[in-house]
Amino acid sequence: MSSPTSTPVGSKPSSDGLASPPSQRRRGQDSSNGDLPAMPTSPATDIASPAVHDTSLFSSPRRSVLPSEVDMSSPLIGVRGTPVRQRPDLGSARKAPQVDLHTELPSADGAVASEQAAGQKLVIWGTDVNVGTCKEKFQRFLQRFIDPTSNEDENAGLDLNEPLYMQKLEEISVIGEPVLNVNCSHVQSFDADLYRQLISYPQEVIPTFDMAVNELFFERFPDSILEHQIQVRPYNALKTRNMRSLNPEDIDQMITISGMVIRTSQLIPEMQEAFFQCQVCAFSTRVEVDRGRIAEPAVCRNCNTTHSLALIHNRSAFSDKQMIKVQESPDDMPAGQTPHTTIVYAHNDLVDKVQPGDRINITGIYRAVPMRENPRQSTVKSVYKTHIDVIHFRKTDEKRLHGLDEDSDQKLFTEERVQTLKELAAKPDVYERLSSALAPSIYEQEDIKKGILLQLFGGTRKDFSQTGRGNFRAEVNILLCGDPGTSKSQLLQYVFNLVPRGQYTSGKGSSAVGLTAYVMKDPETKQLVLQTGALVLSDNGICCIDEFDKMSDSTRSVLHEVMEQQTLSIAKAGIICQLNARTSVLAAANPVESQWNPKKTTIENIQLPHTLLSRFDLIFLMLDPQDEAYDRRLAHHLVALYYQSEEQIEEEFLDMAVLKDYIAYARTYINPRLNEEASQALIEAYVDMRKIGSGRGMVSAYPRQLESLIRLAEAHAKVRFSDKVETVDVEEAKRLHREALKQSATDPRTGFVDISILTTGMSATARKRKEEVAQALKKMIQSRGKTPAMKYQQLFDDLRGQSEAAITKDMFEEALRALADEDYLTVTGKTVRLL
Amino acid sequence: MRMWFVCRFCCPAAQSNSNPEWEAKVLEYFKGQLREKESHSWVPSLNDVPLHYLKPNSLVKFRCLVQDMFDPEFYMGVYETVDPSTKANVLRCGKYKDVTECGVDLNSRNTVTAERQTFYCVPIPGESPWAKEISFLSAARVVPSTSYVPSRQKRSYEEDDDDMDTQPQKQREPHTEPHGNGDSKRQETEAPSSQTTAPSDCSSHLDLNFPLPGERGPACLVKVYEGLDSFKLNDTLEIYGILSVNPVLTVLGEEKDPSLLLLNPTESMETPEEQRAHDPPASLVPRLHMLYARPLQHNNPLLPSAPTEDQSAFVSSFLVEMASVRAELLAYLTHVLLGDGLAAEYLLLHLISNVYTRRDVLPLGKFTLNLSGCPLNSYTERLYQIVQQLVPCSYRLSMSLHTMNSMRLVPKKDYVANRLVSGALQLARNTSLFLDETQLEQGQLDSSGVRNITALGNLISWQKVDYDFSYHQMEFPCNINVLVTSEGRSLLPSDCQVPLQPQVTPPNMEEYLTTIHMAQFTSQINKFRVYLSLARTLDYSISDEVTKAVEDDFVDMRKDDPQSVTAEDLHRMLVVARLLSLSLGQTTLSRDGWMRAKHIDMLRRSRTEQQKSLNGNEP
Repeated sequence: MSSPTSTPVGSKPSSDGLASPPSQRRRGQDSSNGDLPAMPTSPATDIASPAVHDTSLFSSPRRSVLPSEVDMSSPLIGVRGTPVRQRPDLGSARKAPQVDLHTELPSADGAVASEQAAGQKLVIWGTDVNVGTCKEKFQRFLQRFIDPTSNEDENAGLDLNEPLYMQKLEEISVIGEPVLNVNCSHVQSFDADLYRQLISYPQEVIPTFDMAVNELFFERFPDSILEHQIQVRPYNALKTRNMRSLNPEDIDQMITISGMVIRTSQLIPEMQEAFFQCQVCAFSTRVEVDRGRIAEPAVCRNCNTTHSLALIHNRSAFSDKQMIKVQESPDDMPAGQTPHTTIVYAHNDLVDKVQPGDRINITGIYRAVPMRENPRQSTVKSVYKTHIDVIHFRKTDEKRLHGLDEDSDQKLFTEERVQTLKELAAKPDVYERLSSALAPSIYEQEDIKKGILLQLFGGTRKDFSQTGRGNFRAEVNILLCGDPGTSKSQLLQYVFNLVPRGQYTSGKGSSAVGLTAYVMKDPETKQLVLQTGALVLSDNGICCIDEFDKMSDSTRSVLHEVMEQQTLSIAKAGIICQLNARTSVLAAANPVESQWNPKKTTIENIQLPHTLLSRFDLIFLMLDPQDEAYDRRLAHHLVALYYQSEEQIEEEFLDMAVLKDYIAYARTYINPRLNEEASQALIEAYVDMRKIGSGRGMVSAYPRQLESLIRLAEAHAKVRFSDKVETVDVEEAKRLHREALKQSATDPRTGFVDISILTTGMSATARKRKEEVAQALKKMIQSRGKTPAMKYQQLFDDLRGQSEAAITKDMFEEALRALADEDYLTVTGKTVRLL
Repeated sequence: MRMWFVCRFCCPAAQSNSNPEWEAKVLEYFKGQLREKESHSWVPSLNDVPLHYLKPNSLVKFRCLVQDMFDPEFYMGVYETVDPSTKANVLRCGKYKDVTECGVDLNSRNTVTAERQTFYCVPIPGESPWAKEISFLSAARVVPSTSYVPSRQKRSYEEDDDDMDTQPQKQREPHTEPHGNGDSKRQETEAPSSQTTAPSDCSSHLDLNFPLPGERGPACLVKVYEGLDSFKLNDTLEIYGILSVNPVLTVLGEEKDPSLLLLNPTESMETPEEQRAHDPPASLVPRLHMLYARPLQHNNPLLPSAPTEDQSAFVSSFLVEMASVRAELLAYLTHVLLGDGLAAEYLLLHLISNVYTRRDVLPLGKFTLNLSGCPLNSYTERLYQIVQQLVPCSYRLSMSLHTMNSMRLVPKKDYVANRLVSGALQLARNTSLFLDETQLEQGQLDSSGVRNITALGNLISWQKVDYDFSYHQMEFPCNINVLVTSEGRSLLPSDCQVPLQPQVTPPNMEEYLTTIHMAQFTSQINKFRVYLSLARTLDYSISDEVTKAVEDDFVDMRKDDPQSVTAEDLHRMLVVARLLSLSLGQTTLSRDGWMRAKHIDMLRRSRTEQQKSLNGNEP
């Protein structure tokens, strides 16, 4: 016993038998268990508990329950007749022998049982768990634990100042669902030692917890009737790891990992108890499955016939089991490697709780099983098969489904990180810093970058469903249009890479189906499955759509709903639903004529329906400024881009990771509200905008623009980590909005900013002109007197001859249409008839 | 030399887990030995020697690409068993082994569980025949330590295992080797051709998952023990390790007792597909227990592979020659491109291009060339063969409608078999991808065709491939030189388009090109090969002074005609200037270099404009 281990040596009783390969970790020898009494290193003669008398390693399962053996399978057998349900998730450790800690265990051969003096401390074999103490501690925890600061949604409706878990027990007695979920972090804060035991020996501790909770429950609610006894399901073991960091040390410990379900198997019936019947005398007997094997009785105990017993399948007891494959979530992976997968077994009522595609947190016991030996071969593979027996599932995106708000991103920030972020936020030029950190490889375009920055932060989400307006859009939508080759795509790519839930699609390649959702028949199960498209996937993120103009009309029509209502309605193949698509849209469009025509309006240049355009908060033009100073700076920037060393670049700009965290932090924790002055400033800004137009007899602002201003101001406040939207924010929002308008809504004919270009697709002057032409045409026709029908071409020529301004065919047709709308005439083919 | 091949790793019973240093020492020893000159060439290579000539449990090397990474597995690092002769309990080491002797005491406290990971490795896809051949010959120079004698008539693979014809059906494109010498020996390492052409109906039986169709060679399951994080998918490595071909590993075909399945569901949790993918017969996919892996910067066997003093000496000696070799190569390419000197210049620059860094999402240094106006009828095919002769890795993708609609370009995760099903775009770094757009005809692209075209577009613009993981996509950066040959301007994006202007119109194209090719001596061709690989690895910088000049120049150009010179153009000219300097062996940009770059870019642009006015309708 000179080796550093002090665990019992040799004959390992059947408690965990085959199930777990020993690793370097020794049971009962955790680094943390300093509170244990020192292990004596005396020779192994003075021995152990009576339980360890079984020397042969693979002996048949013991049938007699030994005095100090704890039957884990049946805590409180038949408390008021409530049946016990087996817990296959905890493995086969149903009978755990206890050993005396103060005695050293026997070496491999010939253990002699000897009773120790009283006062010995009984623990479960291989652990430092004493059942009694453990039970007591857990009961105390249940009765006393209070978490006044709890904000978990599961605790909604509970009185936070009362013992939390007692309330939950009460809930169980009312609802009748005999499952108690226990947050491990609560256990830890209450009793660190208990928590350590729970993590290290879940197989032994959880049944003890079960026992404790049932005692407590039936004491308190003696009359309640449950389907089976309460099972404790711990979750959120703080030893949360990503799949990549699982290692041999974790075998048989309780772990929590996160991942995405990629495949679920059919239900596997697993035999728990075999039923044998004698073919001769019909005597029946039951045999429990032990370590995956059934020992078939060779002799009938009743009639002593050998090999007469036959297995009766439909009288044997089975439990449900399902194999689930979980893949590491993409965020946890180092770049350039493929994701890992882990096999997970769900038992009983956890079967079919998750579907492929779900992102879940799994709490369970990590297992490793050696390969089976094949008797025909002399060698065996030296690999273990690993899996996790699930104790608890928690869907991470569940909240999304319920529409309960707030980002469910469980991104945790360390204290220092928060500190750095806050320091950064306190700097007066944080806004400029961040915007220049955005896509440093793209030169200048400061306002566009600022716009995108605000889009990344987004406004504050408001709920007006009480007043019937539903959710108020908080996402900022941006459209970039301009000459090809002005790095629009690059900007989109950058944003797509920056945000965690970004999607990138190209208008050319995507169909309405690819954007929204489609129904697919699973080839295996013939089940209809709803597959979500880019817009739904980018819920709470940004959907980058390149070549927006190349998108087909039907696809674009989908966007109408998304960009204002933030939902997607689907009615396909019998599935009717409304999905959340609270996504910001960042789109890029090229002008129709490949080069931007400055003589035309935005609408004419990109040929997009104005109904869609008006849903963008900001529309930027990315044009070539053609100015020498700019060229020089651009050239310098580009050459530097190519030849500066990495370090130089890094010095100049904020790290992309910092930017990411900054945004994530602000999105999660900062919810700015308008203060009084800011509201006033907004009102003034809006009134001003309306005034500009009214002088010239046109409307220059709509409520939509006001909403945009509010969103932008809120986003700017988020950038400052401020809980209040102040006048500065409104000023910047105004400026940015004005800049964007100046670029995109300037009427090329008059040089004025005219919002109606974006809202109605036509500038006020253009509309006026259209009316004039129509009137001229009408006058001309009237002057001809009674001619019921006229030639189209002739009329056009006449009008052209008459008018002093050049009249195009388009204008002529528009005028005809206007007159037709007035019911003045109709156009049929090449003739125009008066009505 | 004996020690190389009889090394067996059994730790003495006395050395248990209490003394872990010996493992590190073993590794140090091997690394030290392999660093010695020439020593690595003594190790037989899986690439060259057929598997059945290699001794099991011997040290071998394998030049390969990491195609897939499987989940980590736990194994018995140390286990206890009973020695059959002495009947005593002994400790054994399970590292570098697949199997344990029977009678393992599973509950022994001395058992140490350790972790390792399996990589699925395939020979470097698209490795040119000449590269294979030269490395084969250089290996054969050394006395092979195996029983394998290259000249001997070898047994066919069929006798061993008829799984061999399960390789994906060979594509119609013929592997011509105009370069006759050494062909007969080459045959030795390849399966008889009759096999590959035989239609294989059992190809679903076992798919070796090569990225490119028509590839052959051994695939290998590499067990990795150290430095798991340092390896990435698609890395090219030279792996030194211990070969394991234990037949126990073959689970295929082994009849399973159904009752066992019921009782032991751990065995049933693998689908048959998964078993096929993860435990293929060892005779077909051997296991390699990695001792040491060397990342390969290139797979050109003519260059010293490791960055040692050796190499720097080689580089400096070659730098002197560089300009002259460049001139010869340029002349050769001019002939090949039917007398078009400018196109030849651009082709040369393209061949040495390399993504040397990335700025956020922007890859720098890529230089996708679109050679438009290519004559039809097999010219492009011949051109590819010539390119193939020059670069160590290449692939020609004929972009016919059928291939575009049916071929899998993007690797996709198959969750049933739990592996990454490879696609033609899973290529090693610096592979030349030759996209032949002249094969494209009018017609309907279906959805997979559109996806393929999008993937090619992404590859060209961002040098990345989005692997399809069904529930999400994952971006893998790559570094692939894409050359597009087309009639008109290509439908794919490109960094630079050069319309080909043939100066000669040979009546028989085939004959013309063959004569040009035959006129070159092998030594000459070899020089070209070294030149191309070397020029790519050179460092490059630009002085402040020249930076200033470039900026001034740009501003001036914009002043004259702001429409014609854009930021894009500056981007391209900077790359051209870089490649032009490197092609001459200059590691800094000189004023002259910049002027030259400007000059040839101007020539090229005037040519495209000319083309535009000719056709009128080109955008």
